[in-house]
Amino acid sequence: MLRYLALKIGRALFVVWAAFTLTFVLLFVLPADPVDLLFDPAEVNSVPPEVRAQVAASYGFDRPVILQYLTRLGHALTGDFGTSVQSGRPVVATILDVLPSTLLLAAGALALALVIAFVIALAATSARRPWVRDLVEALPSGAVSVPVFLSGILMLQIFSFRLGWFPAFGDEGARSLVLPLITLAIPVSGPIAQLLVRSFATEFRSGYVTTSWAKGATRGGIVVRDVFRNASLPALTIAGITFGNLIAGSVITETVFARQGVGRMTQAAINTLDVPLVQGTVVLVAVGFALINLIVDLIYPLLDPRLRAALATG
Amino acid sequence: MTVGLDAFTAGRRPGLARPIARRLGELARQPILVASWIVVLVVIGWAVAPGLFTSYGPYAGDAAASFSPPSAEHWFGTDRLGRDLFARSVYGAQTTLTATLLAVLIAFGVGTLVGLIAGFAGGIVDTAVMRVIDVFLAIPSLLLAMVVVSVLGYSTQNIALAVGISSIASFARVMRAQVLSVVTQDYVKAAYGLGVGRLGVMLRHVVPNSLSSVIALAALEIGTAVLAVASLGFLGYGAPPPQPEWGLLVAEGRDYVAVHPWASILPGAALAVVVIATHRISTSYRKDHRR
Amino acid sequence: MTDPHADRQDPLLRITGLVIDYRTGRRRWTPAVRGATLHVGPGEFVSLVGESGSGKTTLVQGALGLLPESARIRAGSIAYSGVDVTGWNDRRMALVRGNYVGFIPQDPNTSLNPVKKIGQQVIEAVRFNEPDARDAARHRQAALDSMRTAGLTDAERVFHQYPHELSGGMKQRALIAIALAGKPKIIVADEPTSALDVTVQKVILDHLVRLREELGIGVLLVTHDLGVALDRSDRILVMRDGEIVEEGPVRRVLENAADDYTRRLLDAAPARHAGRLEPASGRRPLPGREVLRARGLTKTYRLRGRGPRRELRALDGVDLVVREGTTHAIVGESGAGKSTLASILAGFTSPDHGTVHLGDRELTGLSRGRLREIRRDLQFVFQNPFTSLDPRFTVAEIVAEPLRAFGLARGRRERTARVTELLKAVALDERHLHRLPGQLSGGQRQRVAIARALALNPKILVLDEAVSALDVSVQAQILRLLVDLQAEYGLSYVFVTHDLGVVRLIADDVSVMKDGVVVETGPVEHVFRSPRHDYTRRLLEAIPGAGLAVAGAR
Repeated sequence: MLRYLALKIGRALFVVWAAFTLTFVLLFVLPADPVDLLFDPAEVNSVPPEVRAQVAASYGFDRPVILQYLTRLGHALTGDFGTSVQSGRPVVATILDVLPSTLLLAAGALALALVIAFVIALAATSARRPWVRDLVEALPSGAVSVPVFLSGILMLQIFSFRLGWFPAFGDEGARSLVLPLITLAIPVSGPIAQLLVRSFATEFRSGYVTTSWAKGATRGGIVVRDVFRNASLPALTIAGITFGNLIAGSVITETVFARQGVGRMTQAAINTLDVPLVQGTVVLVAVGFALINLIVDLIYPLLDPRLRAALATG
Repeated sequence: MTVGLDAFTAGRRPGLARPIARRLGELARQPILVASWIVVLVVIGWAVAPGLFTSYGPYAGDAAASFSPPSAEHWFGTDRLGRDLFARSVYGAQTTLTATLLAVLIAFGVGTLVGLIAGFAGGIVDTAVMRVIDVFLAIPSLLLAMVVVSVLGYSTQNIALAVGISSIASFARVMRAQVLSVVTQDYVKAAYGLGVGRLGVMLRHVVPNSLSSVIALAALEIGTAVLAVASLGFLGYGAPPPQPEWGLLVAEGRDYVAVHPWASILPGAALAVVVIATHRISTSYRKDHRR
Repeated sequence: MTDPHADRQDPLLRITGLVIDYRTGRRRWTPAVRGATLHVGPGEFVSLVGESGSGKTTLVQGALGLLPESARIRAGSIAYSGVDVTGWNDRRMALVRGNYVGFIPQDPNTSLNPVKKIGQQVIEAVRFNEPDARDAARHRQAALDSMRTAGLTDAERVFHQYPHELSGGMKQRALIAIALAGKPKIIVADEPTSALDVTVQKVILDHLVRLREELGIGVLLVTHDLGVALDRSDRILVMRDGEIVEEGPVRRVLENAADDYTRRLLDAAPARHAGRLEPASGRRPLPGREVLRARGLTKTYRLRGRGPRRELRALDGVDLVVREGTTHAIVGESGAGKSTLASILAGFTSPDHGTVHLGDRELTGLSRGRLREIRRDLQFVFQNPFTSLDPRFTVAEIVAEPLRAFGLARGRRERTARVTELLKAVALDERHLHRLPGQLSGGQRQRVAIARALALNPKILVLDEAVSALDVSVQAQILRLLVDLQAEYGLSYVFVTHDLGVVRLIADDVSVMKDGVVVETGPVEHVFRSPRHDYTRRLLEAIPGAGLAVAGAR
């Protein structure tokens, strides 16, 4: 068990470290002159050489790459990702400012996406007519096919401009959260629903379900008592993908609805080539991904006795 | 009696090679699949010969006809500069589809090769490759693509490259999983037992039997890549404004969505229809190849 | 239809003229059961025998209302004690299942919910069928009783265990407990022991017989194994292509089968034959010198993780000698190490200690290239012909693969000629050349696998459970083919099997394995007549079809 724990934590730390290194290479080593990135592209050619040298020195760009890397890594370990070029504030503080708004949006969308996915899976499992089932099973594929920016604009058009039920932009109050939440939940629900539909169907055909029928159980009872738990477990295995979809979706959702958040901030950071802020965001996302996978790895054995047994002896 | 009793189990599995006529017959019973193929073929037509599908040019506008609603003359209406939005969508197909194709080719080519090497070599090579893949999976592909584009510079080719790079990991993972499962099959062990060399086993047995699910993924990935390319275009990382590109078209129309909704919704809907169609086709391919 | 004496005369289960179709296309239905009629009375043990594809499982599923969605009952009726339940929906059938008819499924390994404790799964079965009593303690007691009745002596402990913590036999007992929990009048068992070892099979089947006697319930046993059916049933039914072709008391069927197919099945049963099969060509080659000798083979698998019990000793000092032109059978139950042994002999796995000599060449510790040379003399045939042939290759490509690998039979025409010759040797022909494995039956596939193994003119074939996945009648043909090929080409076989009955048909020598050790070895006649080891004796006793052998000898 301890071995398992150590392995999983080690893997999570490795992912975060590697994400840091990857972004370092991408953002600080690959560009011809990283100092260029620190200035407004329109003005970059008019900057006097002394200023460039000064800026380069203050960011440590004049030192060997490996030293720069080690210094940055050392700082990052203490939670210091430097200062945002645009705002001049520490990267971590800048991110923490907008993080709650995104967390709220993402958590809400995830909850809604799970509800949608389970409703679809249960509907597909209990549908008796083949055409109804086909229709329900086609929904997840539609959900991932419609671009977020289109569904967002449709939501705006229908519920804000036509019906006036919800505000179109901004992030004031719960009402402003409704449309972004639905917009984000739809594509996130797609892959989960596809997986659940498949695993519900597989489990429903499995041997122990036959045993339950033979015991005299009813269809509803079998779904609740037998299929639900066994079929839901696989959904945990795509937690990482779901997390990625939430992040990617929130970038666009926040842009469409002009909401404050990590996604929109990242977009702004990339537009202005705010390198430290971009690196900080990517590492933060990698931390989130690693954490989610770590949590899944830790709770999975609690939910599946077979895995628990394998670990107890190992 | 010798051969006769074999008929017990014979003929229960349908043959793999079905006559084309029967395939067409099956297709005829799936109108949605047929419609999907038509959509995809039409859009490919847009990309190859846009002039055949519209008499308007993508750039020439009639300022007097700014924001005309959809009509028989302008199917998707016109934009602020009075350019025909249907024409711009048709011409935009070229930009978006070329980028998509390039992205999928990069991801498929590199990912499949990496997955094959990792799965077939095993051991430390496999472990190393898998850890690297973990890292690429840890950064959501849109985010990774944004970072890559920011380094390479904004352009459609770079979008294609970025989307391709960010999808390598998923291809590598699927290919590796397939290779690992094929390698344990009896027929692979049998081939070794018959004296076939390692390279022969890999090329003759492992690759062909692993590829089918990766091809299914590629079919699915085309839809996903269209979305990714359009999303990056929407966010403004692609072709500069006068050029027609699907994501950009939606972004341009978005500022006027309250008053002129069609200007963003119709090009966006065209995009959604294409993605849905590719998904439908890839689903039917996967169903066909499930044994 | 109305019988004045319905109350007294109705059997527990009566199926009349049942026709079940499967949907095989739009508006296309293919019958799987064509007008089957059967009945099971109180305290009666009835067996339904059939090979794969005979429709026996579909018939049982129909009786329990457990048909998959793609199937439908077109005609006929199913009645439990005179109550016609045909066409009942799930809600009504739920009252019959468990309560009136208990079901024991085929594979105990997949038939229990993996994330629930056994006790809870048995309690559910009690509760569904006793809805009034809401007393949890009583349910628990009833569940424990049912588990003890099913032969789980340590019921209290098993109650708190998960399925993966139990052996296959224990799981099957838990499933019997579940079937008994609703106090049914009849139990339907669908191949309840085909996933289990013979010794376990015997115990489970004996227990079913005892339950019938003690509880007076009726039993309907579905099996592919005629021996199993004949040993224990009052009556047997033989099913073929969806029809019941033979019905009658065991004795009558044994001595005077009415149907031609039944007689063929009886003849195909290994237990029917007292001695070794003789090749069609007549004389067997005289046993020659040693061709294969293994000495002190040991193989230990390290399991993941650390700790004292992290090792699995698959083989422990195994010796083996194969004489030219003979068959040496290796027998054992699952986990005996026989597959590891086969794998080492074929050069797929290397042993930790010990040597394998092929003639005067040592096979162990060879480089890949040298091993490849030896493959020309030693070939391997896998258990499952459905997985050992690449699904993308045609028969011609499959059989030609070793020829290509060794650069033999160059040129298309020469190669096709050689492939055709090989196919003819295994009783196939040119018509099969361009088929894919998916278009062949199980028996045909195994023939292709054998033809492929023969392509290099090897001296020795290692056959790992090569007939175990096949139906009895097909199995008999493949065994006969192997015997003929041995006589024709002077082949030596290492024949790995779990089925002692088959050993007698094909082997000259036999080694009995248990827990990685050879417990007994010697000529087949010897070992069968006077087994020295206790385990061998138990294995021999567990072979189903003792009655069959007696009748056959008569």
